[in-house]
Amino acid sequence: MPSLGADMESGTVLEWLVKPGDAVKRGDIVAVVDTSKAEIEVEIFENGVIGELLVGPGERVPVGTPLATVLAAGTNGAPVPTAVPPAPAPVAPVVVPPQVAPLPAHAPAAHRLRVSPLARRTAERLSVDLATVTGSGPHGAITRSDVEAVAAPVTAAAVTEAPPPVPHAAVTEAPPPAPPAAPADRQKAMRDAIAALMARSKREIPHYYLELQIDMTRAVEWLHEENVRRPLPERLLPSVLLLAAVARVVPDVPELNGYWIDGGFRPGSGVHLGVAISLRGGGLIAPALHDADRMSLDELMDGVRDLVQRARSGRLRGSEMSDPTITVTNLGERGVDLVHGVIYPPQVALVGFGAVRERPWAAEGMLGVRQVVCATLAADHRATDGHTGSRFLTLIDRRLQKPEEL
Amino acid sequence: MNEHEFREVVIRALTEVAPEIEPADVDPDVDLADQLDIDSMDFLRVVVAIHEQTGIEIPERDYPKLSTLASASAYLAEAQKRHAPVEP
Repeated sequence: MPSLGADMESGTVLEWLVKPGDAVKRGDIVAVVDTSKAEIEVEIFENGVIGELLVGPGERVPVGTPLATVLAAGTNGAPVPTAVPPAPAPVAPVVVPPQVAPLPAHAPAAHRLRVSPLARRTAERLSVDLATVTGSGPHGAITRSDVEAVAAPVTAAAVTEAPPPVPHAAVTEAPPPAPPAAPADRQKAMRDAIAALMARSKREIPHYYLELQIDMTRAVEWLHEENVRRPLPERLLPSVLLLAAVARVVPDVPELNGYWIDGGFRPGSGVHLGVAISLRGGGLIAPALHDADRMSLDELMDGVRDLVQRARSGRLRGSEMSDPTITVTNLGERGVDLVHGVIYPPQVALVGFGAVRERPWAAEGMLGVRQVVCATLAADHRATDGHTGSRFLTLIDRRLQKPEEL
Repeated sequence: MNEHEFREVVIRALTEVAPEIEPADVDPDVDLADQLDIDSMDFLRVVVAIHEQTGIEIPERDYPKLSTLASASAYLAEAQKRHAPVEP
């Protein structure tokens, strides 16, 4: 069971996407795991052949428990000493290439149900097997109403009928039984996970905080002009300009990009920008945009759109959960002026943006009205000093004055 | 398409972006972002979905007119009148 974020202590296997004998290569998605926060697609980190699945669907095991054995490709049954995954590091510094390999053709794609989180929780509460539900939502997605519609007959049947014999291949091919967690438990588990991580952050990390008001007028105007030219589906959001500015600057201030582990700073192996995403119904998740510094504005926009979509109604990948090197939170979205962030351990910095608003602005002896955003930095004083953080925010400001170069 | 049908289009777009939304629960006169916990990324995806279903061009400056279910339906009906009919 891989560590899918510093706040994860155990996980439940929801579904295997491979079976013994399947050939796998580094980056393939082999299983879906439910942490207390989300469903996560787990990638494999080596090439080989699946030997044995050690943990079945529905089983909850602690982080570090081997999930399966992998045989080296071409051998006849000599297990590779490492199981899936390799021993859990405090944070997984292993970076899977951002271009995640497509699902192997033999993966039981037909069994991948589209289920909204609410519907899944409802199904858990009512003991409904999602495989028996016909989805009426977009692309056949299963909604709460669909689950409730079949709930009564199914629960009745469960009482009177003996459980059906489990076919031999059930472990790998049948849709997974939902983990036995009531919605309230799940909410609580999410809250507990956030509580534990944030308490650790405030206990261990000596935060220092900086803020800088940034004139966004030029950036906002440039964005409007750009969006007038663009067809609707290709338009950009202001938040993407902010993310881009951060991503471009991080390589110039590598001291803020990485982890504080075992009393020392370990630089990140790339700029993997954590994007804080609030979940509808409560909770927070901050998956990574890999190599964000090398992404164009359009790629960043697509990447964020994809992350938000999957965080809220689909699945994230293990590598996205485990390896952000610095995180950005854009709470201005909800209207506040600024955010003093809490760093995600073991990261050493968190960048926050408030709302972009019209403000009185003095410049060159004149008072005018400008679009202004307040950028903040919460950083780990063990890793850097305020001087470094100050340079970082100033560089972000400078970048945002030349939006056409982002 | 009449205003009622546009309302269905908006609902469909909303549920595509946020499958957990129960159409019956949407108050037509309350800001969608507030009542459904929709942020700017979700909202943009809703606008794109509406555009894909209707072919209606929605300039960025008009986004505020789509802030509630009722105002969005009215805006789309009006926009359809303004432009040449795009629906088959």
